[in-house]
Amino acid sequence: MQVTITVNGAVHSREIEPRLLLIHFLRDHLGLTGSHWGCDTSNCGACVVWLDQIPVKSCTVLAAMADGRAVRTVEDLEMKGAGEAGGGRLDPVQQGFAVCHGLQCGFCTPGMMMTARWLLDHHPAPTASQVREALSGQICRCTGYENIVRSVLWASTHPDGEAEATA
Amino acid sequence: MTQQPAAGAYGPVRRKEDARFIRGRGQFVDDIQLPGMLHGAILRSPLAHARVVSVDTAAALAHPRVEAVITGQDLAERGLSWMPTLSGDVQAVLATDKVRFQGQEVAFVVAQDRYSARDALELISVEYEELPCVVDAGRALDAGAPLIRDDLTGKSDNHIFDWQAGDKAATDAVFAAADVVVAQDLVYPRSHPAPLETCGAVADMDVISGKLTLWSTTQAPHAHRTIFALVSGLAEHKIRIISPDLGGGFGNKAPVYPGYICAIVGSMVTGKPVKWMEDRSENLMSTTFARDYRMHGEIAATADGRILGLRASVLADHGAFNGTAQPSKFPAGFFHIFTGSYDLEAAHCEVTGVYTNKAPGGVAYACSFRITEAVYLVERMVDLLARELSADPAELRMRNLLQPEQFPHRGPTGWEYDSGNYPRALQAALDIAGYPELRREQAERRERGEYMGIGISFFTEGVGAGPRGQMDMLGLAMTDGADLRVHPTGKAVLSVSCQSQGQGHETTFAQLVAEELGLSPDDVDVVHGDTDRTPFGLGTYGSRSTPVSGAAAVVVARKVRERAKLVAAAMLEVGPDDLTWQEGKWRVRGDPDQGHGIAEIAMAAHSGLELPDGVEGHLDAATVYNPPNLTFPFGAYICVTDVDPGTGEVRVRRFIAVDDCGVRINPMIVEGQIHGGLADGIGMALMQVIAFDENGNCLGGSFMDYLLPTSVECPSWELGMTVTPSPHHPVGAKGIGESATVGSPPAVVNSVIDALAPFGVRHADMPLTPAAVWGAIQGRPVRAGLLAP
Amino acid sequence: MQVPAYVEYEKATSVEHAIALLVRFGPEARILAGGHSLIPMMKLRLAQPETLVDINGLGELSFVTVTDGELRIGALTRHAQLLDAPEAGQHFAILHDAERVIADPIVRNWGTVGGSLCQADPSEDLSAAFAALKATMVIAGPDGTRTVPARDFHTGPYETVAGHGELLTEIRIAIRPGGGSSYVKVGRRVGDWPVGAAGAAIWLSDGTIADAGIGLTAVGAEHFSAAEAEEFLRGSPPTEESFARAGQIAAEHCTPSSDQRGPAEYKLHLVRELTARALHRALARANGQQD
Repeated sequence: MQVTITVNGAVHSREIEPRLLLIHFLRDHLGLTGSHWGCDTSNCGACVVWLDQIPVKSCTVLAAMADGRAVRTVEDLEMKGAGEAGGGRLDPVQQGFAVCHGLQCGFCTPGMMMTARWLLDHHPAPTASQVREALSGQICRCTGYENIVRSVLWASTHPDGEAEATA
Repeated sequence: MTQQPAAGAYGPVRRKEDARFIRGRGQFVDDIQLPGMLHGAILRSPLAHARVVSVDTAAALAHPRVEAVITGQDLAERGLSWMPTLSGDVQAVLATDKVRFQGQEVAFVVAQDRYSARDALELISVEYEELPCVVDAGRALDAGAPLIRDDLTGKSDNHIFDWQAGDKAATDAVFAAADVVVAQDLVYPRSHPAPLETCGAVADMDVISGKLTLWSTTQAPHAHRTIFALVSGLAEHKIRIISPDLGGGFGNKAPVYPGYICAIVGSMVTGKPVKWMEDRSENLMSTTFARDYRMHGEIAATADGRILGLRASVLADHGAFNGTAQPSKFPAGFFHIFTGSYDLEAAHCEVTGVYTNKAPGGVAYACSFRITEAVYLVERMVDLLARELSADPAELRMRNLLQPEQFPHRGPTGWEYDSGNYPRALQAALDIAGYPELRREQAERRERGEYMGIGISFFTEGVGAGPRGQMDMLGLAMTDGADLRVHPTGKAVLSVSCQSQGQGHETTFAQLVAEELGLSPDDVDVVHGDTDRTPFGLGTYGSRSTPVSGAAAVVVARKVRERAKLVAAAMLEVGPDDLTWQEGKWRVRGDPDQGHGIAEIAMAAHSGLELPDGVEGHLDAATVYNPPNLTFPFGAYICVTDVDPGTGEVRVRRFIAVDDCGVRINPMIVEGQIHGGLADGIGMALMQVIAFDENGNCLGGSFMDYLLPTSVECPSWELGMTVTPSPHHPVGAKGIGESATVGSPPAVVNSVIDALAPFGVRHADMPLTPAAVWGAIQGRPVRAGLLAP
Repeated sequence: MQVPAYVEYEKATSVEHAIALLVRFGPEARILAGGHSLIPMMKLRLAQPETLVDINGLGELSFVTVTDGELRIGALTRHAQLLDAPEAGQHFAILHDAERVIADPIVRNWGTVGGSLCQADPSEDLSAAFAALKATMVIAGPDGTRTVPARDFHTGPYETVAGHGELLTEIRIAIRPGGGSSYVKVGRRVGDWPVGAAGAAIWLSDGTIADAGIGLTAVGAEHFSAAEAEEFLRGSPPTEESFARAGQIAAEHCTPSSDQRGPAEYKLHLVRELTARALHRALARANGQQD
């Protein structure tokens, strides 16, 4: 079947099998390998992307279901630079993860950041326990979560990020 | 309290590797796309024990997008159907005679895309003749138990090894004379490391050059290269292993798995690159598990609370193939460090290993070669003794800990602990916790019918294997190389044999070199994970990177610095002995303004400057580090829980962790490592278990059944630290990667059991699920090793 | 990664269109809503439908409103929408209690109320919540619309009365005075399926229990409910003793099975314990007490 999906602002039309999972559409068909998969059973959240502005687990959504919709992935978090250098400006969430050591192996990080960005868009000043609740459908095996929580809280208190983009 | 050196290049600097990860630009194995790449999938046994009568691949081969189907028979014709394990056993790559656990590899499909490869698995028909299976390790040695390893010549039972350590006679004598002896059976249930990225590989056999490139999820690329050479007969210089970014490892990515071999053979057969990535169920059901120790512990003490001796006997379930990964002279790993942190007169342990019809493995999951099991045993036994003596568990520990002046300390089972100040660490944890106040609160709550627990554990780790004479894997000594090259402009590249799975080596190792050479960490790049670009070494597991590779990085940097001294002497036209290293420069004694830093010296070393005899020019060095001993990090943990006796639910309210890992190179990374391990303690103690039913069906084959802790179960960790430098590590550092995973489970369990004391509960096995806690309160503890009754 | 088997796909543009597609493609067609129950089953190849009829475009099935004394919830309402809907929580706190513990926040963003109910998993929380509330299911089919009591909707594990060509469109709950409700769940971890869970709704009149509903999850309760315990409660005083007795009666009619989550004995205990706790909290809410 033919699908047309807007991914990170760019329109992509592809011929696909209806059974194709959205995560594979993004990774294998578009080469956007920032979103990962870790579990098959929608328990780990490594595959979280936005579908029409809402975080979803893209291992449990068919690409066909995204037809005509907009998807946002980790690759879109860095704001595109306007200047000729084209240098992007990191999202405060990205900065927060670097500042607060919110990642180790980096595998869960894109999914965590996509949820965090959504949370802060809708609840700009969450408490630590609200952050924990928001991330409770996502597994991190490295950090014990503490620094992820701190990273999100850092981003909430630095809505414009650092003076200079870091990392 | 701390002897941490003033920060030069050390300190909580941000990680270099984060720049790519936060942009979604890490490169993990499944991210690799090669032109013409094919996809593999493995057909696995649905049965735990069965004879393979026939494998019919015709329908699968007829699938229009299938390029090859490989069976055990096909591999046998190439001599590849069996491979060596890290414990000197053999393991089937694809089954030829029997399947011996549910999930064992039977056939390998290579197709043009991953969906078709999966589809084709359903087109292979395998005829099995089901055999009775051994699931319960306790029945493995029964007369008449089904024989699992009939492939081994002369094998007539399921016994693997008997092993012991310590002085049995002396221990028996101590126990006979003791006032108090407490005994307890304890199960450390089967668990799984479950890194978020599963295992996989991309094999690319270049038929023209004869060179195999394998991108794979390996924590030990060099050791794997040697194993592949031994298995396949390929010349070792024609094998390049690239371990790109790894999505966690925790020991799961130390062994060689059949899938890697299948991917290689698939590429050889098709002449194209072949990718194989296991799914989560495959990862949980077939790759290396952890623990699965049934232990009987006994502790002897005087009536007034002096601990005299420990005894342990263990039945170790190794699954269908002995695939444990530990130094080969230690079949039970380092379990015999089970005397923990205490000053004992005698100790003895014996371990029997057996085969069962379950997945192979046994040493994995941040366990420091089974120190997890050892620490769990001793820390539960000390708590049981405290209960028996009506003693406070903190006071009992404080009274029996080794004292600072006893180091270096040779324990009764042979370990020489390098350094420690244990009472200081325990006191620090008690202070952070506000221990007396917690005990008061607990008493008040009990009056109100509320059940709060306070659990303590104190652990000593032994990490950084190892001295080459004592520790090897498959005959490869556990040493690690490092190469350091300083470019003319003073920028340096360090190549190391270890491989990060998230530990931040690119940052920490740059800091180590920068500190020695007076550079900024930004001026040092760290190359790892590519056997063509790095020196040989045994890799990253057992918390050995900083103790071994880190030491190698320091030693090689010091070698370069000594070379630089000779060059600087030539530049300054003085003798080398006239120079002193001060504030990042070689300076003339008595005239410190005269001197050169590494950048100036590097340029000179590459220039036409006339160099002293024996100095070849350029600025580089290589080394191989052979650690004189393990390093012995330690720590004191306190866990506070609240238990709802009506439902059995446990909430971890607080967790205090004081770790001493010697000098901290990057304290931010060290704390991150500790945080992760503490979450493992919550998981292990409360929810993680790989269980089986009586037919050998795995009941923990997905993240719906194998539960890992989330942000909600984990409290905000409260960390403290002490610093007792290792006397033999070049910068006084000790390993930290596994301390918290080793030390935290007994703190959680001790806390829950403490909460349940008013119900008369002495012990309950992990995982302490609501059902298990409720059962314990009813006096019916649920055994965790097998399916709940 | 596990992947589904080959399947055909149709996108429905209206309820009528969805029904027509279901009729056209026959019994091997399945409705695809959020997919968070169906797609995992397809990945495991335990479900291999021939055709998926995607109803995600049917905005008319996504609503939470109060009309004519009823709370009405569209079948395509995402769990997160129900959790965010103040009307739902105001009248039936049990729905927010249950939604807060269904899967996790991300799954709730896309999984649907109707999808959960139609999956008919014995461990699914909303089935018990709606059973406790004595809700009514509205089912559309080729011959028009029919309504079925929530307790008659499920005919067994993974089976409902919705026949071939039929589509659950909404759930209706009558708003009655003097009511309070709650849902209490025990899992091994946040996001886990329940080891056991109980929902309770009570309606008070003149200081006694005029009516009561009890919903039970994952404990082998027929129709996710405890009719005998409800019968006992009707006309009883709302006391801890009554609640404990109700829990006892409920447990007498459950047949849970032992599994990794716990032995049957424990689950029966949970029926007693959680039923009483849910009733206790429902009473507090009926009396206007805030949590």
